[in-house]
Amino acid sequence: MASTAIATPLAPTAYSGEQSGVWSWLTTVDHKRIGTLYLFTALFFFMWGGVEALIIRAQLGAPNQHLVSAEFYNQLFTMHGTTMIFLAIMPLSAAFFNYLIPLQIGARDVAFPRLNAFSYWVYLFGGIFITVPILFAVAPDGGWFGYAPLTTRAYSPGINIDFWVIGLQILGVSSLAAAFNFLTTIINLRAPGMSLMRMPMFTWMSFVVQFLLVLAFPVITIALVFLLFDRFFGTNFYNTVDAGADPLLWQHLFWIFGHPEVYILILPAFGLVSEVIPANSKKPLFGYPVMVYSGILIAVLGFGVWAHHMFAVGMGPIADTFFSLATMLIGIPTGVKIFNWIATMAQGHVRLNTPMLFAIALVALFTIGGISGVMHSSPPADLQQTDTYFIVAHFHYVLFGGSIMGIFAGIYHYFPKMTGRMLDEKLGKIHFWLYFVGMNITFFPMHFAGMLGMPRRIYTYDAGQGWESYNFYSSIGSYIIGVATLVFAWNFLKSRRSGAIAGPNPWGAATLEWTIPSPPPDYNFAKIPTVTSRYPLWEGKEADLESARFNAQEGKTAADFGIVMPYNTIKPMIVAFGLVLMFCGLLTSRVIIFLGAGIMIVSLFTWLLSPLEPEHH
Amino acid sequence: MSATVTHHYTSTGLDNRKIAIWAFIGSECMLFISLISTYLIYKGRSVVGPLPHEKWTDPSTGHTFAPILNIPVTSMSTFVLLMSSLFMVLALAAVQNKGRPLPANAGWWTRKLASSQLWLFMTALAGATFLGFQAYEFTSFVNEGLTIKTNLFGSSFFTLTGFHGAHVTAGVLWLLALLSIDARRGLGPSDALNVDICALYWHFVDVVWIAIFTLVYLIR
Repeated sequence: MASTAIATPLAPTAYSGEQSGVWSWLTTVDHKRIGTLYLFTALFFFMWGGVEALIIRAQLGAPNQHLVSAEFYNQLFTMHGTTMIFLAIMPLSAAFFNYLIPLQIGARDVAFPRLNAFSYWVYLFGGIFITVPILFAVAPDGGWFGYAPLTTRAYSPGINIDFWVIGLQILGVSSLAAAFNFLTTIINLRAPGMSLMRMPMFTWMSFVVQFLLVLAFPVITIALVFLLFDRFFGTNFYNTVDAGADPLLWQHLFWIFGHPEVYILILPAFGLVSEVIPANSKKPLFGYPVMVYSGILIAVLGFGVWAHHMFAVGMGPIADTFFSLATMLIGIPTGVKIFNWIATMAQGHVRLNTPMLFAIALVALFTIGGISGVMHSSPPADLQQTDTYFIVAHFHYVLFGGSIMGIFAGIYHYFPKMTGRMLDEKLGKIHFWLYFVGMNITFFPMHFAGMLGMPRRIYTYDAGQGWESYNFYSSIGSYIIGVATLVFAWNFLKSRRSGAIAGPNPWGAATLEWTIPSPPPDYNFAKIPTVTSRYPLWEGKEADLESARFNAQEGKTAADFGIVMPYNTIKPMIVAFGLVLMFCGLLTSRVIIFLGAGIMIVSLFTWLLSPLEPEHH
Repeated sequence: MSATVTHHYTSTGLDNRKIAIWAFIGSECMLFISLISTYLIYKGRSVVGPLPHEKWTDPSTGHTFAPILNIPVTSMSTFVLLMSSLFMVLALAAVQNKGRPLPANAGWWTRKLASSQLWLFMTALAGATFLGFQAYEFTSFVNEGLTIKTNLFGSSFFTLTGFHGAHVTAGVLWLLALLSIDARRGLGPSDALNVDICALYWHFVDVVWIAIFTLVYLIR
């Protein structure tokens, strides 16, 4: 490696924020550190939601059990869904958005580094706000979909639903702020030559997801505002008894958000798998443009299928037909993806390491979930299946078999990039097989329990209905998943310290993030690369390889290259704190609302008026 | 604003903030579409009055409520808000052209056109006037017996127009912040983007009002 002479080692304005200690984490604006914060926090909430699931399975393992009360059971299934969707899977995806998007497109950071920190802190505080109540048995208990009028004050008088309405409102702020940021980043911060059709597939799917977030979240914001106003100010949006409100208003608004949300949960996992499979098959992704278009098509169609969640309410034959056909259509682009992944592996030099096993598991298990999804796109079939365990089986195959398997493929694949060390392969394979087997033992029997008529959301059931054995298997399977998660946690913590050294590109992968050291330096790229190909490290010209060699230099600082880094700042966290405090005031007193708003506005102004980074020279 | 203006490379050549504000506006469209749709779905479904365009007699008291919307007054406030968009355009032009020498024979009007402070102030003033009209409208509705709790019309009307009013309020505060910076150190062409982004937001809020005025007030 050529030694680069550094003429002015420390330019007077060069600034490198504090790199260690708690304060450095509270004030960081580095997308990689924020991604790491997301990863740790989301894994914590993933385990929290998992424990809730294990209590549910303990309760349902045998008939007529009374381990928990019916009231607490309602809180458990509500918070299991809410936690896994809003606090685990979405933020796990956000961890990868943060960490990978700038690295994959050849950028030094996201477009708005401080806004990025703000998104994380709002997520953390909002997550704490919505999860802590279950410790005091006052957690939300209206299901993750919170159907109004059930959740209005008349039918849910307690504080439980207040936590849910306000908590989701807070988390929405975080998701929207992050979406504006990533959308801008992908549109505007691509390295020279990184045209849209050269972007890595993970960045492409993330791009699509940001559009979904930007367009779907305002709808649930308004649905929640109506519910909030109904509960706190006595409006009539969901007041079906006295005011003649429409009992379907909430369902329509919620599912216009809720169905795109399903793709918000799965598309990032599709993106991760589309990185893992080519890298471990030593072949470019089969049908790249079709993969892009099918992702876009899934997102577009995803806005036109919401009412398939509502076939049972009696919308009439025309609406049922429309939404049924639109739903079946989504099977086409999804199927295209499945076949393209298989075609990528076909005749490749397939390496069955842990990330690849998780990726293949996604392809297989998501297909099962997709097929059961096509089954209930037919209204007559859906009327038999809706609100039964068949539906629970379906969405766990797509969310656990799909999203979670894909995210773990991503964690095993990118852990070396994030930490510089490999995860242990042996423990990884134990983790994988326990997940794969446990997941199928848990969720496959639910199809049968559902077909035999077992309804969702019941806290216990009588013997003699043919459900006992299926529920017993499900509970056993869920504990296998629990043990496997502990194996993963052990592997994760152990390998961070003592895993094998990874080097810049342990998998021989092709994209830009593998050209730089592991873990990447704070400035990412010593020199912003010029991109001439979709796979710079596989088919790049001499210039690509030269730039990759330059960027692979270890142990340099931003100052060595005269790169200006943004200042660390605590302000985004204080703004986030003020925002959440303001929302807390709704449950306590007006003084708190004004105090929170005051903190938010003052710190927001100081944030906006302070420079992001030292002046350039 | 006082922050250093840095010129990073971007793929589109546009500033990041410009892209972000368009994404934000796209998101805001869905917000207002949800609000307006709910208003339209609930139109004509209130079980008690007062009602927007129709008379309503309370069967228990025999009291008759007149149609509550005051279209002439709201037309005036709409006009004021539309004018504010014109002022905003002039403010942005004045900031962009700051420092360009005026022709020697420039008259009073030409010199006034070049004053960014004047037009930022006029925009904020027109916005505040609109809010004044809205405060008057809300209080008179409450006095006539329509609150946010009365019926479906009251809930959806006050929430929709209140959300719009909150957006106007945020815009006025934004304009006043720009105005105070302009007064302190003067806004020039290098700040034009900051004013441009504010202007995009302001025009958007204005366009939303045109939709609301048409769908809520004009169409029966």
